[in-house]
Amino acid sequence: MIKLEPRGERSKTMAYLSPVLAILLTMLTGLILFTVLGVAPWEALVTIVYMPISDTYGMAELAVKATPILLCAIGLSVVFKAQIWNIGAEGQLLMGGLFGSYMALQLLDVEGGWVLPIVLLAGMVGGMFWAGIAALLKVKFNTNEILTTIMMNYIALNILLWAVHGPLKDPEGYNFPESAMFSDSSILPILIDDTRIHFGLALALLAVVAVWVLMSRAFMGFQIKVMGLDSGAARLSGFKDKKLVFFALLLSGALAGLAGVGEVTGPIGQLIPSISPGYGYAAIIVAFLGRLHPVGIVLATLLMALLYMGGEMAQINLGLPLALTDMFQGMLLFYLLACDVLIGFRLRWISNRPGTQGNSTAPSQPMTSVSTGAK
Amino acid sequence: MSNHPTPPRLSLRGITKQYPGCLANDDIHLDIAAAEIHALLGENGAGKSTLMKVIYGLVKPDHGEVLWDGLPLDVKDPAHARKMGIGMVFQHFSLFDTLTVTENIALALGDDAGDLTSLANKIRSVSEKYGMAINPEREIHTLSVGERQRVEIVRCLVQDIRLLILDEPTSVLTPQEVETLFVTLRQLASEGCSILFISHKLNEVKALCHRATVLRGGRVSGACIPAQEDTISMAKMMVGDDTPVSTTYPKVLGSEPVLTIKDLSLHSDDPFGVHLKNLNLTVNAGEIVGIAGVAGNGQEELLASLSGETLSPAGTISFRDTQVATLTPEKRRAMGLGFVPEERLGRGAVPEMSLTENALLTGFLTGIVNKGMVAWKKTEAFADQIISDYKVKTAGRHAQADSLSGGNLQKFIIGREILQNPKILIAAHPTWGVDIGAATAIHKALIKLRDQGAAILVVSEDIDELFLISDRIGAICDGQLSPLKPTPESSIEELGRMMAGDFSTTPAHAQSSQAEHS
Repeated sequence: MIKLEPRGERSKTMAYLSPVLAILLTMLTGLILFTVLGVAPWEALVTIVYMPISDTYGMAELAVKATPILLCAIGLSVVFKAQIWNIGAEGQLLMGGLFGSYMALQLLDVEGGWVLPIVLLAGMVGGMFWAGIAALLKVKFNTNEILTTIMMNYIALNILLWAVHGPLKDPEGYNFPESAMFSDSSILPILIDDTRIHFGLALALLAVVAVWVLMSRAFMGFQIKVMGLDSGAARLSGFKDKKLVFFALLLSGALAGLAGVGEVTGPIGQLIPSISPGYGYAAIIVAFLGRLHPVGIVLATLLMALLYMGGEMAQINLGLPLALTDMFQGMLLFYLLACDVLIGFRLRWISNRPGTQGNSTAPSQPMTSVSTGAK
Repeated sequence: MSNHPTPPRLSLRGITKQYPGCLANDDIHLDIAAAEIHALLGENGAGKSTLMKVIYGLVKPDHGEVLWDGLPLDVKDPAHARKMGIGMVFQHFSLFDTLTVTENIALALGDDAGDLTSLANKIRSVSEKYGMAINPEREIHTLSVGERQRVEIVRCLVQDIRLLILDEPTSVLTPQEVETLFVTLRQLASEGCSILFISHKLNEVKALCHRATVLRGGRVSGACIPAQEDTISMAKMMVGDDTPVSTTYPKVLGSEPVLTIKDLSLHSDDPFGVHLKNLNLTVNAGEIVGIAGVAGNGQEELLASLSGETLSPAGTISFRDTQVATLTPEKRRAMGLGFVPEERLGRGAVPEMSLTENALLTGFLTGIVNKGMVAWKKTEAFADQIISDYKVKTAGRHAQADSLSGGNLQKFIIGREILQNPKILIAAHPTWGVDIGAATAIHKALIKLRDQGAAILVVSEDIDELFLISDRIGAICDGQLSPLKPTPESSIEELGRMMAGDFSTTPAHAQSSQAEHS
């Protein structure tokens, strides 16, 4: 019989080991799944995790895919530290894309170095606006931010669809639901020649460093952490929780918005109905997989970007459905949460000794409340 | 025990229980005879709770056996224990506030409850028989803490009870209520019921118990007949020889008002909260004012309004000549307020954070935060200073707050506040659940701060502590504050009356104060 036994204190080793374990278990499950689907499991695995990055073009594409995920995830790491569960990075990303596109379309005929910063800023404002609504509802009415941010994801998507089918549609675009192509002034410069790696990657890496400094050196970051761990202590010390809630949500909204505007002004170059294949949702998994730590998040982002590319590769080469990507993401989160239990608990194998008769009556055991490390 | 004609009612033989990182019970032997009131003495962390959980079937021992009337008994769970005639009154009551007494007891009894009308009658007759009048129809939230405890006891008594376990039952009672409880317990024992009385209050054990078993560090460190011992010798058994167990401090009276509360009335938003009614209080420089009171009489509300967690009407609270009633906690801190909250883990310190981070938690105004950035080197130095000055036993400043024992964490919190040179220090239950050694260290630190000229307000449920360290003393009851008296002019008896809401300063007759409670 296996029994979960409290460790007494959180295991640091297990906290780092758990994501690795989750990745291994996900791969193992994947292998079984491929076998059932009638695909050679090893070949499928190679197709997903190695083929996409087997050449420099692939590596560059990985960086392109990683950029929006990294921006969303690093922002989420701040709110999640505050134990505010912003599930709305996707909506904030879409609003960022929409606001940025609107600005870029207003400035189609304008040239100048200030155009791009204005467009990017508009995107960040879009993300902040969307996250700000959730923050306001939370602070004023104590509304659960999980529910509001999820619902606002759908609202954002539909507003974007309306805009791209309506007011922002290119009048000369043969009625396709697309905006006009942005002018060169609104397009993010390419960072490395002959690739699609754009300036957004530099911004994302800058954001990683900035968040790192915020959370490890700034008093504001400390206050956010205290509020998340222990709101009573935060109140008693006079930390202003409402201000902190706004700050954290607006910051993550701004970064998600930047991710959105970075997509439309980067690899896409115009507003289209599908600017994100769920980067905002993937970023939630990335944030937890990376233990809310900047280095971990960078690594987890690369893995997630690889999964996106691997999914497409598997569709093209092996004829597997694209839903594979979503399923791998889901399994990853599932295994991560399961493995996180081992941070606070250890497994013990108990042999049923004949002497203790009471052992079989499980309900009589005092129940220890089991809570996962990542809530 | 060999001269006992019959086997003891309960006998523990070599009970051992290992928790990860802690041997809670180590080979414990204990016998309780029928009709005996047996004390289980020990400090927090001595293993008392684990042992009673073993008896009540909440914890399975790793080794050892429980004998019930001389026969081995494997207590499966609390329901099984109740069926055997074992009842338990926990320190923290498990009652539903919005249900009536009868409904609560029916819930606890489960299928044995029968119909509610006959249960109510039974409750009424049992409670009257043992001098613990309660009305079965009342809802729990309308009852005082002492009455709630009666509900818990009556819950045990409506069944056929042969062993009653009480975990620190007097910690929530006024001195008069304690006396009433003792009368009940003696009556119960005289009818043959065994009582296991868990406590660390030596005077009570001496007054009530026939025999005592003392635990220290999970082991039996002594057994005695309390009536034949003095409190010092029993305290030595509890804490060992190397810890000083008693001290007295000189009393002083300040004259220069520092903290003033004037006509403070505050409506609590919490449906079960207490409204503060017209409080007046002055704490002078260089004195300690002690506020006694049974938990839940407005202490939390008073403390929150002093810390600034709840803001009060303008003009009701001042620090020296400055009005602070509408100022936020960090502004009050900047004016020299230090605050030691009741909950060490969860408000005084963040459990998952290191001691360094917890030093920053309230120490951020001492120059360790510069332009919004934390100077971690300075913060570490501050944490190290707290640890060395206040002799905090820990692996180091990197240790998580929740890895410290209660006493050591409290020393850290008090040290953190005192090292910021507060002009006003407010301490809630400063030695609650702390071992005697740490409590003495904390008391000395408070006295030293007082002698440096700080104004100190201590809110505590521990009357002995208040008499020991306070220069002036009073009580809070139902959101009202009694007048303060210089401690040497007050008495435990008078303070007890004040805790029950009788603020008259003329000494009342013992009878009338008794009548107050029945």
